[in-house]
Amino acid sequence: MRVVKRRAAQAAACALTLGAAIVFAQSNTVDEIAKYRAALQDGNPAELWEARGEDLWKQKRGPKNASLEACDLGLGPGVVKGAYAELPRYFADADRVMDLESRLVWCMVTLQGVSEADAKRGVFGSPDRKSDMEAYVAYVTSQSRGVKMNVALRHPKEEEAYRLGEKMFYFRGGTHDFACATCHGEDGKRIRLQDLPNLTTKDGAQKAYTTWPAYRVSQGELRSFQWRLNDCFRQQRFPELVFASDASVALTMFLAHNANGAAFDAPAIKR
Amino acid sequence: MPDPMKIRASVVGDSTEVKVLMSHEMETGQRKDAQGKTIPAWHIQSVAATWNGKTVLTAEWGPAVSKNPFLSFKFKGGAKGDKVQITWTDNRGEKRTDEAVIA
Repeated sequence: MRVVKRRAAQAAACALTLGAAIVFAQSNTVDEIAKYRAALQDGNPAELWEARGEDLWKQKRGPKNASLEACDLGLGPGVVKGAYAELPRYFADADRVMDLESRLVWCMVTLQGVSEADAKRGVFGSPDRKSDMEAYVAYVTSQSRGVKMNVALRHPKEEEAYRLGEKMFYFRGGTHDFACATCHGEDGKRIRLQDLPNLTTKDGAQKAYTTWPAYRVSQGELRSFQWRLNDCFRQQRFPELVFASDASVALTMFLAHNANGAAFDAPAIKR
Repeated sequence: MPDPMKIRASVVGDSTEVKVLMSHEMETGQRKDAQGKTIPAWHIQSVAATWNGKTVLTAEWGPAVSKNPFLSFKFKGGAKGDKVQITWTDNRGEKRTDEAVIA
């Protein structure tokens, strides 16, 4: 009811100017998109990925015929619950900072004996080829639902990754002279009709980071955070962001740490 | 073998509410691939739901239903512990049946 009243007031206030009419149409669209998302909330197909991921997690696979159940995601081998809320983090065994996807690649290589190239092949699924990586990501992240984001900068390499990520966020380049901050550094920016979160504010970073991965209705696929960054780079006309690269982990670190304190709420569903 | 469905069923008043999530490509037959060839239609054609062996819903579906469809319906009756079974059949003759206990 409150929304309706506000809208009516808005309509009355800016009835006569064309510019205002466009603003009104936009806010209306945003409301409608929010309603659409709420309607989809029930029965999120991401659950299908979560189920497949859990199944794959327990399967013995690869040349070493091992499951990923012994994979250490930071809270000890085999602990999945709450692990994603503390990623990325520094792993002493690999001597580098890793996000979930790069840690999964590491576990596939060390535990299952899969080659790194194979582990990174076909990580973004399409209708004719399902991605195992996206299923793993759906399962692991679902086990952190409701857990408060707590990405620490304890180790010097974690601090370094955060600083590098911050630099990348503000770095302008490419044919369009874009930085992440060009679209995500101010309130009220949008791409087509979609509102873009302002990732430089605590609230914006929290809302954005805690709702990825997500089922993309328009693609019919579950998309991971690595995919989100990869597609942002494509939209900026940047060189391709290499999957699970140090650069991708650094940018993830910057955004994840900024989201600290908010309850993780994904896999979500997006238009 | 198609992926399993996710089924939730719960008693609401004197009815049972069932929510089903199915894993299916639901290809319409209207799209073309990169070579310009039509991608053949592949979708669920019929859905049936039973409660303790008694049919409570049948549906005929076509290409207009979305990928990974979500179905929600209610039927009169049902008690905690009863079984609800859902079966879908697609136009290739593939079938999947899953069961859930009413909570």
